[in-house]
Amino acid sequence: MINCILAGVGGQGTVLASKIIAEAAMTKGWQVRTAETIGMAQRGGCVVSHVRIGDKINSPLLPLKSADIIVGFEPAEAVRCLAYLRENGIVVVNQKGIKPVTASLSDSDYDGRQMLTYLRNQIKNLVVVNGESICAACGSSRVLNMALLGAAVSTGALGISYTELEKAVRKLLPAKLIDLNILALTLGSRINKKENGK
Amino acid sequence: MKPELLMGNQAIAMGAIRAGVGIVTGYPGTPSTEILETIAARNPGNIYVEWSVNEKSALEVAAGAAYAGKRSMVTMKQVGLNVASDPCMSLAYIGVKGGMVIVVADDPGPISSQTEQDTRHFAAYAKLPVFDPSSPEEAYLMIGDAFAYSEKYQTPVLFRPTTRVCHGSSSICLDNNIAAVAAEGFKKDAKWVIFPRLSYQNHLKVEARHPILAEDFSSYRFNKLTGRGKKGIVTGGISYAYTIENMEQLSGEVKLLKIATPYPFPEKLALEFLQGLDEVLVVEELDPVIEKELLCLCGKYRLDIIINGKLSGHIQKAGENTVESVGRALHDFLGLSAADAAQPFSAPELPVRPPVLCAGCPHRASFYAVKNAMKGQKAVFSGDIGCYTLGNASPLDMVDTCLCMGAGITIAQGLQRAEAGVKQVAFVGDSTFFHSGITGVINGVYNEADMVLIVLDNSTTAMTGHQPHPGTGRTMMGNLSGKISISKVLTALGVQYVASCNPFDLELSRETVKKAAAHKGLAAVIFEAPCIAIMKPHPAYQVDADKCTGCKICIKELGCPAMILTDDKAYIEPSLCNGCSICAQVCPFDAIGGADK
Repeated sequence: MINCILAGVGGQGTVLASKIIAEAAMTKGWQVRTAETIGMAQRGGCVVSHVRIGDKINSPLLPLKSADIIVGFEPAEAVRCLAYLRENGIVVVNQKGIKPVTASLSDSDYDGRQMLTYLRNQIKNLVVVNGESICAACGSSRVLNMALLGAAVSTGALGISYTELEKAVRKLLPAKLIDLNILALTLGSRINKKENGK
Repeated sequence: MKPELLMGNQAIAMGAIRAGVGIVTGYPGTPSTEILETIAARNPGNIYVEWSVNEKSALEVAAGAAYAGKRSMVTMKQVGLNVASDPCMSLAYIGVKGGMVIVVADDPGPISSQTEQDTRHFAAYAKLPVFDPSSPEEAYLMIGDAFAYSEKYQTPVLFRPTTRVCHGSSSICLDNNIAAVAAEGFKKDAKWVIFPRLSYQNHLKVEARHPILAEDFSSYRFNKLTGRGKKGIVTGGISYAYTIENMEQLSGEVKLLKIATPYPFPEKLALEFLQGLDEVLVVEELDPVIEKELLCLCGKYRLDIIINGKLSGHIQKAGENTVESVGRALHDFLGLSAADAAQPFSAPELPVRPPVLCAGCPHRASFYAVKNAMKGQKAVFSGDIGCYTLGNASPLDMVDTCLCMGAGITIAQGLQRAEAGVKQVAFVGDSTFFHSGITGVINGVYNEADMVLIVLDNSTTAMTGHQPHPGTGRTMMGNLSGKISISKVLTALGVQYVASCNPFDLELSRETVKKAAAHKGLAAVIFEAPCIAIMKPHPAYQVDADKCTGCKICIKELGCPAMILTDDKAYIEPSLCNGCSICAQVCPFDAIGGADK
């Protein structure tokens, strides 16, 4: 069984990303269960998608310490979900912090850097993604989810290949958005793991 | 058949289509909304689908169709059933001809709701059978069973999924054979007219039916008894999945009873389960419904069995269960040593991240204008249910009360009667106005309330994912209907002061609210600007760093998620900004401008 957590901030596209992973896994004939955050939290709150791939899955929610991979769309959101990570599990994280409105109002200096430092110290298998530079290269701020999916699939922890993921993207996205999203997926998949981690 | 990834709500919809449903009505509400949307999206062509104005209307429309022999379904969230409870209670006595399923999604947690009420109780209260699916794939099949039972017993039935079933997805193989259901049409008969005499007779019939249904449910395919031993576990719904997830890791003999029909309780099957047991653990969410049924059975049959659950403190009384919480309860119950507690991470302090109004949301502008207009006056701001409940957060701080759909308008009236010298302002969204706000306005006009009503009209039902409503002029069948004008409705109801304005014109908005507040009686201001999620955004605004003094007024006054302070200057995140212009209007140094500036 493969267990995956996608964690981010409402509006970042975690739900679509989890659907794409599920689609790719199903094409391989695997059973899939997912659980999504839908509702009020989608307005800029913390959102978490649980994705479970395997032959026989019961709970849609992951048990703690069972995630093979956590894909963090935001550093603090990745840290918030670390209790789900299994020993030697992989964390793929976008480097840019999103400052909550509450932090701006209270003059907090949160910018995600302290969370990245913490992740670098704690997580052996860490892949830090510069999602913003990929988005800039693609000319769209809406493809962060693809960049992170690309990086996640290249770790091998999802049990699916880049080609299988790309097929799922082509199947699920509207035609006019496919090229843009595939570009972000490709750029994400090229992130060299060795530049990251410890 | 190739499997398809379906969310529980989609699976319920596809199961209903397969069962030959002919009419589906509902009112949006998390976590139920996607059921009706999926029916509309996958409509084979012969299903009538509508977003009704509220749950009461929805249930009545569905009931009418079922009187005529159609298979009908109505969808809502748990608090929606409170709104629909009047027709629901009476319909339980009258019954139906065509199968009728009332889908009510409960929300343990709660994740997106006001209450953690348990619809299984409502089933017992209304004396209606209730189905409780434990997974999307089971829901897909169970909804068809629900229609069959409804027709067999000529009664509406409740179908109660919870959030984790509704919003969990699973790979499901669909069966494309759609049941053919012929509706014979409405046949006039005294049985459709509720009178005290008929109610008495039907009450007797319902009570007589109760044990027959309970017996029938004892052999229902999704009520399952497995295992053996002196200890037993009873569970249902999503808690069954958590239980199984844990049991696969545990050793020892244990009996397991899964309850898919909590009411009428399958007594015969439960007795078979209880046979030879010393102790039972009931794993369920929300209220101890199954637990009380078992306690009742133990009393009735004088069984000396210990029943553990919520009442005994073995299962948490509020909030949703998890794999871990159920795991801990199972370990305790089975006397196994607990698994290693997860290593607590010594993480740095995590930022709090509550949901907020989107960047560019017209509600922010409206709240800000009202706040400024009411400055210096003692005022209470009553809110309502929708995205605009988020106006409660700092720095806007403009929602002092929020109770239930439509309540803000009438709560304001009560506050006014209780305390003189305080201006009462009530906010209501467009969809909520149509849902249950109008009666409150009539109440206020009739009883000469002195208050300001602010209608936040963003041309959609935003919080639940942008459903149409009577003010949008679009129906779920894809037709264009006449838009119902909120302004004309208010005028027709006798509201003497009705003004409309664009909230993004801050100065005009402020002045309009001031005039409304000076008006004696019920005065209304309608802020009209579409939700940013349904329109093309304007180009992002930018801060001129040379002009910005770092005063932070824009940040501290508006609380916009696109605005942050970097290097002591305000900065607008271009990927979030929708170009609403409000920050430019509040900047005292003219340091913020649009793309053309």
